[in-house]
Order: sequence, then structure tokens, then C-alpha cells
Amino acid sequence: MAKNTVKIKKPLMEIPFIKSMIVSLTTVLLGLIVGGILIIAIGKNPIEGFQKIVFGAVSNTRRVGNTIAYATQLILVGLSVAFAFKTGLFNIGGAGQMLMGGLMASIWAHNVTFLPQPIYYLSLILVAGISGAIWGLVPGLLKAKFNVHEVVGTIMFNWIAYWIVYDAVKVFIVDPTIIVKSKPIPMQQSLRTEWLASITQHSYFNIGFFIAIIAVVVIWFILEKTTLGFNLKAVGSNRYCAEYAGIKVNRSIVISMGIAGCLAGLAGLTYFLGFSNIMEIGKSPSEGFDGIAVALLGNSNPLGVFISALFFGMLKMGKGSLTAIGIPTEIADTIIAIIIYFTATSVIIQGFWEKIIKKHSEKKLLKQAKEEK
Amino acid sequence: MSNYVIEMLGIRKEFPGIVANDNINLQVEEGEIHAILGENGAGKSTLMSILFGLYQADKGVIKVRGKEVSIHSPNDANDLGIGMVHQHFQLVHNFTVAENIILGKEGSFVYDIKKASKKIKEISERYGLAIEPDMVIEDITVGMQQRVEILKMLYRDADILIFDEPTAVLTPQEIDELMNIMRNLAAEGKSIIIITHKLEEIKAVAKRCTVIRRGKFIDIVDVATTSAAEMAALMVGRPVNFKVEKQESVPGEPILSVKNLNVMNAKKVLGVSDFSLDVRAGEIVGIAGVDGNGQSELVEAICGLKPIESGSVYLNGKDITNISIKERNDLGLAHIPEDRQKRGLILNAPLTTNMVIKEFDKAPFSSKGILNYSEIEEYSKKIIERFDVRSGEGINSRAGKLSGGNQQKAIVGREITSQPELLIAVNPTRGLDVGAIEYIHKELVAERDKGKAVLLISFELDEIFNLSDRIAVINAGKLIDIVNTKETDAHSVGLMMAGIKKEA
Ligand SMILES: Nc1ncnc2c1ncn2[C@@H]1O[C@H](COP(=O)(O)OP(=O)(O)OP(=O)(O)O)[C@@H](O)[C@H]1O
Ligand SMILES: [Mg+2]
Repeated sequence: MAKNTVKIKKPLMEIPFIKSMIVSLTTVLLGLIVGGILIIAIGKNPIEGFQKIVFGAVSNTRRVGNTIAYATQLILVGLSVAFAFKTGLFNIGGAGQMLMGGLMASIWAHNVTFLPQPIYYLSLILVAGISGAIWGLVPGLLKAKFNVHEVVGTIMFNWIAYWIVYDAVKVFIVDPTIIVKSKPIPMQQSLRTEWLASITQHSYFNIGFFIAIIAVVVIWFILEKTTLGFNLKAVGSNRYCAEYAGIKVNRSIVISMGIAGCLAGLAGLTYFLGFSNIMEIGKSPSEGFDGIAVALLGNSNPLGVFISALFFGMLKMGKGSLTAIGIPTEIADTIIAIIIYFTATSVIIQGFWEKIIKKHSEKKLLKQAKEEK
Repeated sequence: MSNYVIEMLGIRKEFPGIVANDNINLQVEEGEIHAILGENGAGKSTLMSILFGLYQADKGVIKVRGKEVSIHSPNDANDLGIGMVHQHFQLVHNFTVAENIILGKEGSFVYDIKKASKKIKEISERYGLAIEPDMVIEDITVGMQQRVEILKMLYRDADILIFDEPTAVLTPQEIDELMNIMRNLAAEGKSIIIITHKLEEIKAVAKRCTVIRRGKFIDIVDVATTSAAEMAALMVGRPVNFKVEKQESVPGEPILSVKNLNVMNAKKVLGVSDFSLDVRAGEIVGIAGVDGNGQSELVEAICGLKPIESGSVYLNGKDITNISIKERNDLGLAHIPEDRQKRGLILNAPLTTNMVIKEFDKAPFSSKGILNYSEIEEYSKKIIERFDVRSGEGINSRAGKLSGGNQQKAIVGREITSQPELLIAVNPTRGLDVGAIEYIHKELVAERDKGKAVLLISFELDEIFNLSDRIAVINAGKLIDIVNTKETDAHSVGLMMAGIKKEA
């Protein structure tokens, strides 16, 4: 050991997960403070406002169920964006990937009615996952082969998915009475179950949430424990070094976009066959973009994504109750937007905490020194 | 009153797990060139970063011109007349010199480029910098870019100039020029602090030298009356052997064969043309040449990082011209890259990741796609112990937090430990202290003696002569000649480097 190395107990801020947790919580707090100020500005009581949001999100089992059912998509899309981030890619194709996953799974659900339940669920996961994966893979290929930036590629594929849904719903699964919607999927063909509905006062809570939890674990495992994760993270951190080390950079880009697409495809499954049971044409799920916020707030860490998705889910589901006291629901969206802005300044926030903690420990040392005297 | 322009007294700076500066004193006289000498990781860059306001000291006093000051940012430092040339230049590549120099200077929303250009010209002439204000950065050499950085400091009226390893990126000619410029600056009353590992540079320009070791102040010596060997011993704590001990080589079969290789460079003209070379088992072949004469293209082509136009490359008799980088690595090719931060390391990943970056997908580091962390950690520990890679948190330190020299040692350690058949070493000792250079040189010779082939590319002729069994001289992408080290001298190699082939 070098002579001047001393064992210093690791300060809290040095543990990466804790550090990002502290930073994320601070951004949330700042978002809430600014939101509160806005509520005051329109002459309402912010405490009451926040109470309403929480009330709307979790005041009874039905609401809890709905909030979780809504957060399910956010978890999966958030994971999708986060996974791509880790490989140095920006997947903003969540919406298109969700649409394709949802569309294929819906068509499957309306036609494949003969499989035993567990195998049927598995088949749904495969159909949605693969459809989403293709919608991520192709932009990945375009980037690898023709250097088309993945942001351009995925946006393009969002629109292609949009128009495919537009026609395919009408051709394959249209509700004859309302031609802008698909037929509702019967409960036993969807991710909803009698039992889950009965314990949550008939909320939309469905087995999609368990799919999401499994996805969180699997993605964490891939990133932390496997050679694939090592490979992808290396490309994301320094592609020149990865190339030098013999890692196939282009192949990694395609794989990463495929996995990201697969996750968003699963989000489409839980959205269109769980939270909802129809597809409307001419609508693109905003969750595809909300996933970016989730990933940012969760610092692209799977567990962080899970927590931040639940938080955003609460805001989104609880905001309806704001109208009861005359606060426009847009306040909740504003809070989300503000949190995203603050997330972008996380370096500053981190510096702030580091300074505070350092001052604190210096004071402690001074005190100790004085006592010793 | 003292006549010190800079006094840093009792400076202490801790990073997690390490005390980078432990009660260090530095006193620089007005108009002096003051060298700082210390091993890799001794804390030199940290000390200068504190003086320039990039880090805050945990303890200690800084006095500038006798007055105690607190420097919280580079702006504060600028206001005190302190300027710094960083090892990595901070210039905008498609801007002109003048634009780069005005950029970031306060109150420059509206600027008079003519007036600025005039001032730049004046400064350039006064100190012999040979810089024109309307030259574009990307068109000029590294040495000139460095002079632009110097100009930038002078333009901002800095009179205390800090250079952190300024010569690491320069060719020998450029180094001579820089030394002259420094002398001019000192003669004009500027005070200069220079960090360098090259003792002959200290001997050439510095008046006094502060020696630090492992974060602690060791001594301050008068350069004129202290020999290079004495300084080296002070810094490392033991005598250093500058001459590489090695036996006569016993070369075997060719390991690397390059045949009629043509490679395009970035400007889409042939950077390497019709180049043929063999490196045999058990020998070190050095490539001598002025920077930019095709060395990088040659190495990248052999390693598969750059496409070739025509020709072929054989490794151990196997045609590797068209196989992937991975396959080449697996066949036993190791490469210490030219740019340690671009290719050599993932700066934001821990050393563990970096040490197995080429081998993580092989046993014992993983099996069936699952990483085996304990094996990875053990292997990384082995490398950093053997190659004395120093850092605050050992194998868990992020590569980017290591001092420059320790980053280099980590890469060299990784490549040698991978037990290659062919080791391509590009400036393997760039940024290393003399003790570390001695060790790495020994290791390279040991590789040779184990029957491995070593291709050495270095801009330091001394290193080429010290290590190589044969010297290949490259000029404008062409092999000028290949000679036995014993049968040549620096003068004739120098001539060949200029493209002049001596007729036998
Ligand atoms: N930002 C940082 N975080 C953690 N540790 C650091 C940081 N900067 C430097 N260190 C550690 O402090 C020690 C001194 O580093 P420094 O860069 O000052 O060395 P140096 O003397 O300039 O070495 P070299 O000759 O290799 O450039 C090293 O052990 C390094 O790992
Ligand atoms: Mg340094």
C-alpha cells in the first residue's frame, strides 16, 4: 500500500446509487416547490393541491390499482430509454414501438383463442416483444449501416407505426359500430384477470405489472452481470475504445436498439391489452415520450426507473382530482416538465450537496480537534 | 519581503482513499523557470490545478506576490495574472487563432478583431512564437497549437505561466523551440512553472526544481549544481538506471509480416505506401520517423482499425489482412495505442472494466455470458500491483481519476499481461516518470526475451536506440531503410528521417 493512502470511510455521496437518489429526490422537491408556487399564483392552496393529487392516485384500492396499471407502461418505456442510454443511444421511438407491440398483440388476441392460459400469455409477450424489437432494430440497422442518426430513424418509425395502425385497425380488428376504434378485447384474452380486478375494486390493474417487474430485474441483470451488458456499456461509454478492444460496435448498436424496442413493445402490450382494451386510430401514446422523463429522473438505473415511473404514474393519475378544487390539471404536467428541467441540471445539484456535506464534515473535524485540545 | 511571486504553503488535498497533496510547499521566484518533478501520481497536476482554481485545497495558504489570496476558479487565477497550458489543448478547431484567443475573454461580445490581431502579432514577434492571427487551428501542427495556447495566456496579460507536461505531445524539434520560447519569456520577466518527467528539459531551462514524492514535499534543488541522476534518485527514492540492460537478440521466425501495404490517411491520400516489414520472434523493431509520416496509419492498419487499400498483413504466418479486430486480438496481437484517452481506456469505468476490456468474454472472466467478478478483480489487482498503478481506490478507481502516467501504466500493464505474440507499442512511456520508464523498458525487453515480437513506435530517438534491435525509418509513408541498431547512429537515422537515404 502506498504510504499516504489512508482508509477514509466512503462518504454517502460517493456511493453512486445513493448519490443519484439524493439528486433525483432534490429535483422532485424543486419541481414540487415551483408547482406549489404556481398554485399559489392562481390563488389556491398548494398543500391542498398536493393532497388532492395523492388522494386521486392512492386513496382507495381501485385508485391504487389504476395508478399502478398506468405506471406499468412508464416502467417499461422508461427501461427502454434507459437501456438505450446506457449504450449511448437515444431511443425516442417508444411511441412507435408501443403501437406495433400493441397492434400485433391485439390482432393476436382477437384471433388466437384456443391456447391454454399460461401459454397464451407467453405468446402475447413474444408477439408484442418481437414486434417492438423489430421497430427498434431497423432504426438500429439504419444507424449501423447508413449512419442515419437513431433519433431521426426512430421518429420516422413512429410515423410509420402510426399509419400502419391507422389502416390495420380498420382492416383487422375494427369495432363495426365505431370505426375509429378496435373492438374491445374480452377479459380472458387480455392481461386483466377476474381475480386482480376483484381485489382492486375493478381497477385496470393487470398482470402487465408483473411483466414490468420481471423486465426490471432482467434488464438489471443484463446490465450488471452479463458479458452482453459489459459489451453494450463499453460501446456507450467510449466507442473508440470498444472498437479497439475488438467489440463489434455496429452489432452492439443493433442489439441494444432491438432490446430497447422489445421493452417498449411490451409497454404497448400492457397499455393496449391491460390498462386499456382497445386501440384508437390516429392516436400516438404519449407514454413513448414520458419514458424519456422517467429514464432521466431514474438516472437510467433499472430500480431508479421503477421508482420514478411509479412517481410519474401518481402525478398523471392523481391530477384529475385537482379540478375538484379548481386547479387546472396542467399544473401536474408542468411539475413533470419542471422536474425534467431540473434533472438536466443534476450536475449543479450534485455539486450543491457535495459542498454541504463537505462543510458539515469539516465542522465535525474542527469540533473534534477542539475537543482534543 | 520575499521576492516570491508564488508561494504555496502547507497545501493539502485529499481525494477518496488518497492524499494527493500532503503539506506541500512551493516557492517560485520572480522571473524564474521553476520545475516540478515527481513520480506518476505524486500530485503535481493536482497542485497546479489548485493554483489555477480548478480544485480547492483542503488546507494551506497561497500567496501571490506576497499577498494571501483565495483562488476559486480559473477566472480568479486569470485576474491574478496566472495562466495555464493544459496537456489537452482547449481550442476550437475550425476557428482562427485570433478568434480562439478572443473567445472567452470577458467583455468580448463586441470585439475588434483587427485590434486583437495586431496585439497577437506583436506578442508573437516579441517572444518568437511564429503565429499568424488568421491561421486556422485545424491546419496547424500540435506544436503550433501549443504556442497558440501560450499566446492566449500572454494576450490575457498573464505573467505567471503554468505548463503541465507540455513536451509530452511534441516532437524533439518542437521541444527545442518550446525551450527557447520559455527562455525568452523568462528573460522578459515572466515566471514559469513547468511539470515534466524529462530531466534533460529541466537541466536545459529550469533554475530550481521542487521534488515531490507520493504527495509530500521532498526537496528543492538548484538545477545547475544537481545532476540528472541525483534528481531522479531524489524523486524515486533510489538510483535509476537510464541504460537498458539487454543481451544480444536471438530472432526466430517472422511473427509479423507486412507486405506492400498501402493505406489512405485522413486527407484521403496514401499515408502509408508500399510498405513492407518483418518483425521476428525475439526482436524489437523500432520505427523512427517524424510524427505524422504514416506511423499511425501503419499501426491502425495492422490492428484492423483502419481499412487498407492494398497489400497484406500476416501474423504468425496467417493472413490477417481481412479479419476482424477481435480475431486479431485473439491471435495474439496486443497494442498500446497512441492516444490513451481516446482508444486506450474507458475513462468513466473502473479499472476492473478497463483491465479486461479485451478479454471479458473469455474464461475465466466469464462463462456462458455471465461475468465472474471475483476473477476480474483478482486479475486487475495483479496488473496494478505488478505495474505499480497508483490511485485512490485501487481497482475500483475510475480510469479518468488516475493521473496521466498511471493511466499509461495501466494500459501497458494490460497489454503485456495479455501474453501477446506481437506487441505493438506506440509511445509506450509517454508521460511516465523515469522510474516507471525503466520498469516498462525492462518489461518490453523481457517480452522480447520470451520470444515475442515487439514493434515499437516512438518519437523519442533515445528510446528507439535503447530498445530496438533493428530500426526501420519511415518518411512520408515510405520505408526509407531498415538497419541494425548497432551499425548505425543518431545522425544517420536523423538524415533518413528527413528522407535522405545514405548510399552504402
Ligand atoms: N479528481 C480526482 N478524483 C480522485 N482522485 C484523483 C483525482 N485527481 C487526481 N487524483 C489522484 O491523486 C493522485 C495525484 O494525481 P495527479 O494527477 O496530481 O498526479 P501527477 O503528479 O500529475 O501524476 P502524472 O505524472 O502521472 O501526471 C493520483 O493518485 C490520482 O489518482
Ligand atoms: Mg499530471
